[in-house]
Amino acid sequence: MDRLLKLLKTNARLSNAELAVMLGRSEEDIAAEIKRLEDTGVIKGYSTVFDEEIVAKDYVMAVIELKVTPKAQVGYDEIARHIASYPEVESVYLVSGGYDLSVTLRCRTLKEVSDYVAQRLATIDGVVSTTTHFFLQKYKESGIMLIAEDADERTMQ
Amino acid sequence: MDYSKLLNQTAVAIRPSGIRKYFDIAEKMGNVISLGVGEPDFHTPWVIRREAIRALERGKTFYTANPGLLPLRREISAYTASKTGVTYDPNGEIIVTVGGSEAIDLTVRTLVSPGDEVIIPEPSFVCYKPIVELTGGVPVIIETREEDGFKLRAEALKEKITDKTKLLILPYPNNPTGAIMTREDLEPIAKLLEGTDIIILTDEIYSELSYGVKHFSIVSLPVMRERTVYVNGFSKAFAMTGWRLGYMCGPREILTHSLKIHQFGIMSSPTVSQYAAIEALKSCEEDVANMTSEYDMRRRYLVDAFNKIGLRCFMPEGAFYVFPCIKSTGLTSDEFCERLLYSKRVAVIPGNAFGECGEGYIRVSYAYSRKHLQTAVEKIAEFLEELKNAD
Repeated sequence: MDRLLKLLKTNARLSNAELAVMLGRSEEDIAAEIKRLEDTGVIKGYSTVFDEEIVAKDYVMAVIELKVTPKAQVGYDEIARHIASYPEVESVYLVSGGYDLSVTLRCRTLKEVSDYVAQRLATIDGVVSTTTHFFLQKYKESGIMLIAEDADERTMQ
Repeated sequence: MDYSKLLNQTAVAIRPSGIRKYFDIAEKMGNVISLGVGEPDFHTPWVIRREAIRALERGKTFYTANPGLLPLRREISAYTASKTGVTYDPNGEIIVTVGGSEAIDLTVRTLVSPGDEVIIPEPSFVCYKPIVELTGGVPVIIETREEDGFKLRAEALKEKITDKTKLLILPYPNNPTGAIMTREDLEPIAKLLEGTDIIILTDEIYSELSYGVKHFSIVSLPVMRERTVYVNGFSKAFAMTGWRLGYMCGPREILTHSLKIHQFGIMSSPTVSQYAAIEALKSCEEDVANMTSEYDMRRRYLVDAFNKIGLRCFMPEGAFYVFPCIKSTGLTSDEFCERLLYSKRVAVIPGNAFGECGEGYIRVSYAYSRKHLQTAVEKIAEFLEELKNAD
């Protein structure tokens, strides 16, 4: 991955000045590069990874495996686009293997998840079956560890 | 029992490493932000660890041949040739050692007789001098300076050469300064040594960690091969410090005798590590490049940060240390490190641990995450501010 994108991926709050120092480039150069990446749609947005256990206890997340019958011409795109449009949906991936779409959901209660799956997802034309897995514990997200890292055991030699 | 009468006086006279001293204090204090370590923070790339696990599963736990596994020596030969353009015969010109440290020890012990002089540029890693002294050799120090990029110059070298000079140690890329020697820097040295009987021990353990300028080895220069023992290893480039694996390459006439010392002192280097190292040389180029790229960003960050908080900092081009000057504080290196440790719980190493000419500097390792470095720099900035206000 491009070094600039790599830096922004782990910390999107680095200033242009800080990025410039670390990459040995000028601040103007960095500003122009980021603008170009945003304009051309390479950078889609900036988000924050935080520990939801601390700030929002009332949420439930689940990943739903969907088997889908692809439609002529549009394949999986139409269904995927439809599912992605719901605000409860955090991510949608077309995957290889035993099922087709992997959908990550965030709701407030277990009931909301089951209602969503039963009433919204399962009823979509073309959806053959659904399997729901609830999240129990998050360990790592977007490349960032959510649990404490091992202590530094190195000694000075 | 009066042990003092029994002990070897040369061993008694060796001073403990100035690096350990602060570590011991820091360890007692607890909760210290360390910038002191000399090893990568990265885990050994997974493919290397997997090879070690496979070796264990297959029961590959016997001694290897004294100079190391032949397939590993072959890989080392090919790898060294690709990096330096110099080819060493896996049979007789390569020994796999217990880290670069053993290779340094072997080289010195093979070559240096009592009274022989060994030229050592300083600041440099702490092991050269004691090892030379243990053989009865005489360390001859050349002080390198910040204004000169901490490089070894032919004029300075010429002044120190006598008819007793046996060995020149070339510790570049350098720990602790991060200085490197380019081809242009090395050529006058090579010219000076041509026609003499002086051997070079080039310690290139940090060769893969060079930034901007591609690393150049003195052995790549014409006719230097015959007088050079080339030392390298897996610790720094492949993040394999605890595996204890390095190697030496050099003329058969020298290594034949080094091998006897290795055989009687060590037998053979760790077998599992050797199997894993084959994989390291074969398939980890990308991992090394990624780690180097990360070090490079930290290096730039730290040099900028130290200069900003008022500690002039030389831009290193290799290894993973910066060597900021602390003379502006009016403190000695030891005072600086001790006070910083006690008041801010930040551990750095005093420059004089690497030779007297390192006085007035501190060694800061960037084998730490950027977040860790940032926290440490903030603490050092507070410390400097408090020093100023105390005046």
